[in-house]
Amino acid sequence: MSRLRSDRVLSFVLNAAALLCGALVLGIVLFLSIEAAPTIFSGKISAFFTDEKWQPGSERDPQFGIFSMLLASVLITLLAAILAVPVGICGAIFRVFYAPESLAKWQDRFLELLAGIPSVIFGFWGLSVIVPFINRYHPPGQSLLAAGIVLALMILPTIALTTKSALTAISPSLMAGAAALGLSRPAQILQVAIPTARKGIAAGCALGLGRAIGETMAVVMVCGNIAQIPHSVFDPVRPVTSTIALEMGYATAEHKSYLYAAGLVLVLMTALFLLVRIRKGASQW
Amino acid sequence: MVESVVITGSTTVAPVVADAAKRFEENNPGIRIDVQTGGSSRGISDAKSGLADLGMVSRHLNTGEEDLSATCIAIDGVGLIVHRQNELKGLTREQVIQLYKKEITNWSGVGGTTGPVTVTNKADGRGTLEVFLAYTGLDSADIKADVIVGGNQQAIKTVAGNPGAIGYVSIGAALSEIENGTPIRLLESDGIPAVPAMVAQGKFPITRPLLLVSGGQNSPLVAEFLSYLQSEETRDIIESHLYVPVAK
Repeated sequence: MSRLRSDRVLSFVLNAAALLCGALVLGIVLFLSIEAAPTIFSGKISAFFTDEKWQPGSERDPQFGIFSMLLASVLITLLAAILAVPVGICGAIFRVFYAPESLAKWQDRFLELLAGIPSVIFGFWGLSVIVPFINRYHPPGQSLLAAGIVLALMILPTIALTTKSALTAISPSLMAGAAALGLSRPAQILQVAIPTARKGIAAGCALGLGRAIGETMAVVMVCGNIAQIPHSVFDPVRPVTSTIALEMGYATAEHKSYLYAAGLVLVLMTALFLLVRIRKGASQW
Repeated sequence: MVESVVITGSTTVAPVVADAAKRFEENNPGIRIDVQTGGSSRGISDAKSGLADLGMVSRHLNTGEEDLSATCIAIDGVGLIVHRQNELKGLTREQVIQLYKKEITNWSGVGGTTGPVTVTNKADGRGTLEVFLAYTGLDSADIKADVIVGGNQQAIKTVAGNPGAIGYVSIGAALSEIENGTPIRLLESDGIPAVPAMVAQGKFPITRPLLLVSGGQNSPLVAEFLSYLQSEETRDIIESHLYVPVAK
């Protein structure tokens, strides 16, 4: 009898916690929608996609084009992934299959430390080191490239640590079997370990990308914040998050509503990304 | 019973008010003065809505804000900054306009050593941007910037890391960074050096008032604190932040 009751209590607590998580997400989306309502319902939101530029503060010709900023968000995230994913995965393979125990321990510590550094520190470091370095070759230095490098460093530990966990979780008998079949070390890793751990690795990459697309504080300092379509990695760009961070505290009325709407678009984009992943996960990953 | 005053708004004004508040609290036990930052716009809206007793604002009041009563506690100059390696002495208003519209893109065009100009601008809505627009007479859409920054610190860091950059920040903030060894220089504007003395004499062309605004009738305590901020007793605090006290 008492057991049944503790079961019920536990089940209630767990249900409530799960419900709260879901309700929070819905609540945030609802809040964004309400704040963005003036632009959405007046149809002004079309300016997001018809206006060419983002110049909300102009008195002569205010424009609210968001395309270049969405593009920037995507490009920065992609660049960070291109830089961080190979390094993260290769680093994890080294850590699990090649590194001596003493070194592996230190690698874990350093990655955990890297993951714990606040993003504003990454931003300041990028602004003081990366940006002046790029500036010497391609002024102004604040650029798509600078943002990509800083973000890559920030998501590297996520990717490396999750990949490491996925690789260490492989059953030892599987690896022993591969070795017994006479497979070479690289073949064991590439043909057996990676395919077995691919779900975990993919999850790590997705977590990293999710962080990259939403990262704000570090990016705002190094990306240059010019809302334009970049012609090279050395051009400054302005992702959606930067715009919100730079302008939200200072915006009024219509401008503010546009910023909330931009936030809503970003959330929907992230949701779309997750949806694609879930779909893919169901069939293949 | 503790009497308290809530003050919110501009990050430029807050350090001065916070220091003065501390001294005021020491002299008047039993009184609490709560200073919170959040930008000039928040200072205005909190004062209007009554959320705060006083709002801090670091620019002139715009149309639609004249119903607030404003008290000027100090004046701040906004100076143009470049990297320390840039040997240019100063710029005229015309030259500043040409640089920010990208009609001139090389320092040689304004009498400096050859090299590309990196134009640093503030994000829309910032008090300093509005002061700069008022000085140049430009619309924010006219400005073709290479880098857009948020606060003074980011502007200073950006210019310090780029020998070809130009930006504009509060003179007080720039001077204290220069004292700390940050490699930037303040330029003369229209031939006037960017120093507090020139701002005090009203000669420096780009200035802004540091205001405290309130929506309705001030309580006796608030009125007392306001006159305290304008008195000789807080002059040293204002000067220590490198702002210019208002002569009474």
